[in-house]
Formats: sequence, C-alpha cells, structure tokens
Amino acid sequence: MNLITLEIAVVILALAVLLGDLWTPVAHKRSLGYAAAGGLIIIFSYSFFAAPAFGSGFNDMLVVDGLSLFFKRFFLVAAIIVIFIALEFADRIETGISEFYSLILFALTGMMFAASANDFVLVFVSLELVSVTFYVLNSFQRNRLASLEAGIKYLILSALSAAFLVFGIAFIFGTSGTTNFSAIHGLLETGPDFGKNSAFLLGILFVIVGLGFKIATFPFQIWAPDVYQGSPAPATAFLAIGSKAAGIVLLLRVLFIAVPQVALHWNTLLIVLAAITILYGNLCAIPQRNLKRLLGYSSIANAGYLLLGFAALNQTGFAAILYYLCGYLFAVLAAFMVISIVTCGRDSEDVTVLAGLNQRSPLLATVLTLAMISLAGIPPLAGFFGKFLLLKAVVEQGATNSAYYWLVGITLIGVVISLYYYFGIIRAIYWSKEPADLSPVIVSWPARAVLIVCAAGMLYLGLLPDRAVQQTQLAVQVLKVNSPAVQIQKEARHP
Amino acid sequence: MNSILTYIILAPLIGALVVLLVPRNFRFIIRGIAQAATLISMVLAIKMFFFDFTTNFPREQLTEKIQWVASLGINYHVGVDGLNVGLILMGAIVAFAAVCVSHNIKTYEKEFYILLLVMTGGILGAFASLDLFFFYFFHELALVPTFIMIGVWGRGENKNYATFQITLYLSIGALLALVGLIALYLQLPLGNRTFNIIELTKYFKAQPMNLAAQQFIFPLLLFGFGILVSLWPFHTWAPLGYGSAPSATAMLHAGVLKKFGLYGLIRIALPLMPDASQSWLHVLAVLCLGNIVYCGFVAMRQRDLNLLIGNSSVAHMGFCFLGIASLTLIGITGAVTVMVAHGLLAALTFALSGYIYQQTGTLDIRQMGGLLRQIPFIGAALVMAAMAGCGLPGFANFPGEALVLFGAWKAFPLVTALAVWGALVIGAVYMLRAVRNILHGPMAANQTPIADASLLRKLPYALLLATLLLFGFVPSLLTDKIKPSAQSIVEMATRPLKIQKMEKDSSATAPRAAVK
Repeated sequence: MNLITLEIAVVILALAVLLGDLWTPVAHKRSLGYAAAGGLIIIFSYSFFAAPAFGSGFNDMLVVDGLSLFFKRFFLVAAIIVIFIALEFADRIETGISEFYSLILFALTGMMFAASANDFVLVFVSLELVSVTFYVLNSFQRNRLASLEAGIKYLILSALSAAFLVFGIAFIFGTSGTTNFSAIHGLLETGPDFGKNSAFLLGILFVIVGLGFKIATFPFQIWAPDVYQGSPAPATAFLAIGSKAAGIVLLLRVLFIAVPQVALHWNTLLIVLAAITILYGNLCAIPQRNLKRLLGYSSIANAGYLLLGFAALNQTGFAAILYYLCGYLFAVLAAFMVISIVTCGRDSEDVTVLAGLNQRSPLLATVLTLAMISLAGIPPLAGFFGKFLLLKAVVEQGATNSAYYWLVGITLIGVVISLYYYFGIIRAIYWSKEPADLSPVIVSWPARAVLIVCAAGMLYLGLLPDRAVQQTQLAVQVLKVNSPAVQIQKEARHP
Repeated sequence: MNSILTYIILAPLIGALVVLLVPRNFRFIIRGIAQAATLISMVLAIKMFFFDFTTNFPREQLTEKIQWVASLGINYHVGVDGLNVGLILMGAIVAFAAVCVSHNIKTYEKEFYILLLVMTGGILGAFASLDLFFFYFFHELALVPTFIMIGVWGRGENKNYATFQITLYLSIGALLALVGLIALYLQLPLGNRTFNIIELTKYFKAQPMNLAAQQFIFPLLLFGFGILVSLWPFHTWAPLGYGSAPSATAMLHAGVLKKFGLYGLIRIALPLMPDASQSWLHVLAVLCLGNIVYCGFVAMRQRDLNLLIGNSSVAHMGFCFLGIASLTLIGITGAVTVMVAHGLLAALTFALSGYIYQQTGTLDIRQMGGLLRQIPFIGAALVMAAMAGCGLPGFANFPGEALVLFGAWKAFPLVTALAVWGALVIGAVYMLRAVRNILHGPMAANQTPIADASLLRKLPYALLLATLLLFGFVPSLLTDKIKPSAQSIVEMATRPLKIQKMEKDSSATAPRAAVK
C-alpha cells in the first residue's frame, strides 16, 4: 500500500460518481449513493488487508503512522454512514444528488489528508478542502432559506477562521523559517529560547483558533447551532463527526508532534477552554426544542469533553480522545439517521416529531434511545467508557496541578446537566402527551442495517472495550508530551 | 461460569433479554419470565447463603474472575465474604417480592419488566463485584432504570419534579464517587495499577496511602456515597422520590440499591484510607444524628404514608452511618445487619403502602381509618412492619440497631444517647400514630369496600416478614458471617496513626484511636 493509496482511491471514487451521473437516468441517480458507499466499504476493508505503509513522503509533508491510519479508517466509517443518511435524505434534495455524494467524498479526502498532515501547508490545504466542500453541502437545499443561511454563516465564519489559521502559519513560518512539524520540533529542541519567542507563540495560538473553529470549542462555537439547524441532515452529521474529528487530529498533531514543548506549558489555556466549552454547550442545550440545534449544542459540549483529553497532556488522555470519538461517531450518526428518517415529509424538526416514535417504529425509537443514553454517558454504552477514560486521564494529572480537580468538577456538573436534555429526548419519544400521528414509519433495509451497526458499535465499545482501547493506545504512541521521548517517536515513525 | 454468583447476577439480566424478544401482547408470559428469573436468582442466593458460604473463612469465596480490559487492569471479578453475602441474599429476595407486587402495572408492561430485571441484575452485580470498575458499572446500570421507572410509572403530581430531583442528586453522588474511585486507582504506582479491590486492599495494607491523597479522596467517597444513601443534609431526594416511585422501584431502591453507598464506605473507604476516616468519622457521627433525629421529626409531620415511610427510611440510614462511624467490630457488624434488615423492612413497607394505595386510591393518612377490619392480612403485616421499624425485638432490625448502639457508645456517648432517643421515642411516635390512623378507629367517611390480598398475593409480604423474623430470632445467621470480614476491616481502619502525620498536622486530624 502506497502512502496515499486510500486517498487516491477515494478521489477516484468521487470522480467516478460524478462521471456515473452522466450516464444514469434521473430516476436512478439516487442509487449512485449505494455505489459510493459500496466503494468506500471496499476501501475501508482494503485498509485492513493491505500491509500499511508507514513512513513519510512529499518532502516530509505527509506522514502515515498509527494515528493517521486510525483516523483514516474513522473518517471512512463516518463517510459510509453519512452516505447512507444521504440516501435516506435524497428525496429532499431536488437536483444534483450525485454531486452531493461526491462532495461528501471530497470532504472525506480532505479529512484523510488532514489525518496525515505533517506540515502546516498541508494542514491548511486539507482543511480548506473540507471547508469549501462544506460550504456547498450546507447550502445544498437551494430553495430552503434556512439551508442557504446555514451555508452563508458557515462560509463567513469559516473564512474568518481560515484567516486566523493562515495568519498563524505566517507567524510560525516567519519566526522559524519552516512549516514542517519535524523541523519546528527540532528547532524547539535545539534552541531553548526559541520557544519563548512571542511572535512564534502568537502564531501557534492563531493556529489553535483556526482549529478550535472546526472542533467548535468556546469561543469559536458561535456558528455551530445555526449551521447544524439549517444544513441538510447528512451534511450536519458529517460536520458533527467528520469535521470535528479532523480538527481534533490536527490539533493533536500540531500540539503534540510539532510543538509539544509549548503545549506542555499551555495546560491552563486548555483547562479553561475545556471547562467553558463544557458548561456553555450543556447550559445552552437545555432550552432547545429543535433536534438538530440541540445536537449542535451537544456537539459543543462534546468538544469540551474531547478537550479534557488535550488538557490532560498525557498519552492516556490522547487515547481517551480517540476512544471517545469512536463512541461519539456511532451515537451521533445514529441520531442523525433517525432524525432524517423521522422528519421525512415534515417541515418541523422540533422535538415533538418524535412523539409516539416507539409505536411508529420500535427500531428507530430503540436506536435513538441508545444514542442518547450513550451521549449522556451511561453504562453499558460507549459514551460511558469514553467519559470514564477521559476523566481518568484528567484525575491522573490532578497531582501536578489542582486546577485539574476543578476541571473534573465542572465536567461532572456538565454531565449532570446533559442528563436533563438527553432524557428530554427520550421522554419525547415514549411519553409525549398527544402523539399527533401514529402512522408507522417505513425504514428501508439499508437504513435498518446502518442503525443496527450503530447500535452494535455503541454496545460493543461499551461492553467489550479491550481491543478498542489497545488500538487507541497504539495509535497515540506517536504523540509525545515530554522531550526525551522524541527520539523514540522518530524511530517509531521511520522503522 | 463456575461461581454461583455469576448465575445469580445473570438470571435477571438474561430474563431482561428474553422479555425483550417477547411480543408485548403476551403480558402473562412477560410477567412469568420476570417472576421466574428473579425466582431462580433468589433460590440460588438462598442456596449460596445457607449452603455454599463457609462461615469463618477469612477471605472472599465463590470467586470468579474474567479478564475484561487487560490494558487497564479491569476484570469481571465477583466474590462474597461476610459483608456482602447477606446483602446479596436480601437483594434477591426483595427483587422477587418486587416482581410479585408489580401486577398492578398495566401500561408499557414489557418495558417495565425489562427495566426491573436490569435493575435487579445491576444491584446484585454491584454487591458481588470485587472490581472497582464493575462495582460502579453495575450500580449505574441499576440506577438509570430507577429514574426512568419513576418518570414513567410513578404517581402523584410531583412526579416530574421528583424524577428530575432524584436523577440529578443521585447522578452527582455517583459521579463524585466515581472521581474518588478513579483517584484511588491512580494512587497505585504505574506498573501495578489495578481495579481489583482485594489487590488494592493488600497494597495499601503494606504501603499506606499518603495523607494528602487520603484527605482528598475520602471526602469524595464519603459525600459521593453519602448522597447515594441519603446522608443528612443530602437526603431531600429520598422521601419525595420514593413517594412518587412505583412500589417495585421504591422497594428495590430504598431496600437494596441505597445500601450500595454504605457498602462502598465499609468495603473501600474505611480500610484503604484509615487516617482520613479516623479524622472524618466525627463529622459522620454528627451528620447521622441529622438522619436519625431530624428526619424522624420530619417523618412525624407527614400526612402521606409514602412520605412517612420515605423519611423513616432516611432515619434508619442514620444507624448504619453511626455503626460505620463507631469503627468498632460490634458497630460495623451492627451496621451491616441493619443494612440487611432495613432492606427487607423498607421493601415490606413500600409494598404494603403500594397495596393500600392501589386499593384505596389514596395515601393520605387522614383519609384512611379502620382498615384493619377490611384487610386483616395487610393490616397485620403493616403493624408488624411498624413494630420492626421501631426496633422491637424479634425482628432483624433489633439486633442490628442494638449492636450499633453498643458499638458506638464508647466513641460517641452523646450521639448514641440521642440516637437511642430518636430510635425508640420518635420512631415509635410516628409509626404507632400511622398505625392508629390507618388501621384502627372509625372507618373513613367516604370509604369504599376494599379487598384483602388473595392467597397468592400474600406471598411476597409473607416472604419478607418471614426473613425479617428469621434474622430477628437467629441473628447469628448473619452476624457470624459478618464478623470475620468486619474484623479485618476494623483492623485495617484502626491501625495506629502514621508518625509523619503526628509531626505534620496534629491539630487537623484529632486522632480518636489515641483518645481510646
């Protein structure tokens, strides 16, 4: 397997979908999605069968290691499920459904490159690929005002964050003379004073701002609820999981491969960011009635939980981030799948559309309940084990700085608040006062299969976490937080 | 699968899975499966308690260990010793009785029994676990169904408020305890980190934990577990929550699940953090008076039978706390005995109040009267429960409370004197007053004729009463089993205080061992 075989395969698949569109009659264009999903499933399986090519290339701009392979597979799974969601959503997209599929694939390519980035140039290029495709994806329902509004809002704020990112990269390049992660790391190793250069630090800070926007951490979260609410459900789903995970992997790489020496001193910043993000997301989610908007705030809160792993500044924390993301993937995608099926043929995305869902379709009700329970972090589902690992990582650091205990306290408050709104959704499903419409919901077989896969994923990660924990621990071995380990890291990357 | 404990835990959980697969129209079959699953669990627990368990065996027995997450040292590890053997028996009996009295549930029966069985499996698993992670995991597994059951099948106008209050309160308690448990795990050096309670105990016996860590972790566990057990002043969720809960949930939660916190304190907090526990137990002794005396007074003023029982249940927890605070062999043995006895008693009283509510449609004590003539069996059972509640000899509560008071006398004479007063006088006042108002006197004006329990329906009440009487007349069945385990807990918890502490802060932690 070549360094970028997977990415090339995805691009070819995307182009094939676009070309296939030319020869497919209008009535059957929707089913191109099956081809796209099938292709992705083949690529995903291939990543397991072919021997992985670890190493770096393109002037050390791109690196394939355990971490990038983990995230590539993660993005592939996310994209497969998102395409199935898009298939369910296809009736509401009047024209250009095949473009919708191929845009998802292009965004996927950007995310997969982001997972491998070892150079600020590649960081920027891959993030722009993701952002630009999302401008289109978010406003794909051209005659729905909300969707256009979401696209515009995302465009403006994303452009702003890209400006921050470029500005930061310029500062970094200006002070260090390079954009390569390994080179910057080397500079920090050799010149102890270099790490105190305030222009350089400002550059790093700006890069964090740019990535924080993708992850939707406070104070760059302002776009999330509006965009989540307005965008078509599959785009929102991909934004919630794919775009966020791309931000996470880049932040991991920037902070703990390029500038671990700096990151080590910024634990206070990370603690404060995590704490405020958790509180903001959870508190704002309480009064929400629109399902997608609620999940938007919940996504902010979850960004805060993910930041816990960053703030912990240890390998346990990084492994916990990866584990939590996996649990989050199944829960969020299951929720969006259910939402896109239930809201079919209705204008409203209000919580009340769920009324009587347990009688309309027991499968949808069960899976959405499982997703909410997992997001709330209750055993025996994936979310519980993920939160457990994150908390464990943070408490582990408590000995070094008592601020960590405050962070744990705020997290607990956040988790308790989140129970309220997640249970609110469960209550809306089972115990609404006047279920308006009790006609059964027809769920197609592919959607059923995806829902069952998501439920199985949540249960598997919650009940049998052993293998997955080992995988995440292996994946984060390339991330080092203390300088003596740098040698080992380089050896691990170039075996 | 070679330990009887695994079967005791799995029976209800498998029952839940089977119920999940049964179509919802087959109500009789659903009920039958739930009844059978809890019956199997109960029969196995009785067998374990009377036949498989070896008294005077110093270590945990009937163990089973299955690796779960190797990289973190988490195992499915169950076993019993004197501390939990009685609790598991009690839990299995209460679960069986809870299914028996649930016949009045008519809506969403399938979901109800699934949740009830999951809760049962979680409770039994939590008490059987010797692994910190599973200990917590099973408890959460049991806790969440509680919230849902109160929210859906609960009664009264305050149902929604009660649901959210109990959810938030107990989640905070559980999460505080979780942080404490994680911190405890992280006290071990990197190489040999384990969630195994036995290993942890051994390790900290050899190398006591440092004081700062003890003083940080112990309060987390004390208040985390304390909230779960309705320690005054964090008890307000309990009466309201139980008042709104369906009988089966109130029985399982007030009777069994609530003891999880006490069990955690005895099993984990006391032996692993002796220095901190010796300095904090004064606080606990004072707070437990809040439970016994204050909540007793509150119970006196109640006009709703369920609120009265709920408050009296909070008051009884005070004795367990007092026994723990005494940190003597007699006191701890007494505390565990009270835990078992109160579990049976709370289940009995909530079952009875559920029956009365179902028959009369009210729980307002003022609107009832002379019920004994109409429902002699239920009435007689209620009188016996009230007597057991005031600590009448012959019921299991008596030996437990007596042991606690004997054990605590030396360390806290004043607290003990007030607790005796609270138990005998206040307890008797509200219990007897309730009995008089409900069962005796003239019939209420608008009283419709009501029926006594049929022969089959009498079974759960008779079962719970019989167990209470059995342990009341032969308390040695329990105490002989508890003693060796309590002995080792007390030995670890009362080790001489460390020298470094004497030097560092002699004022902050007034050593009670020295006072003795």
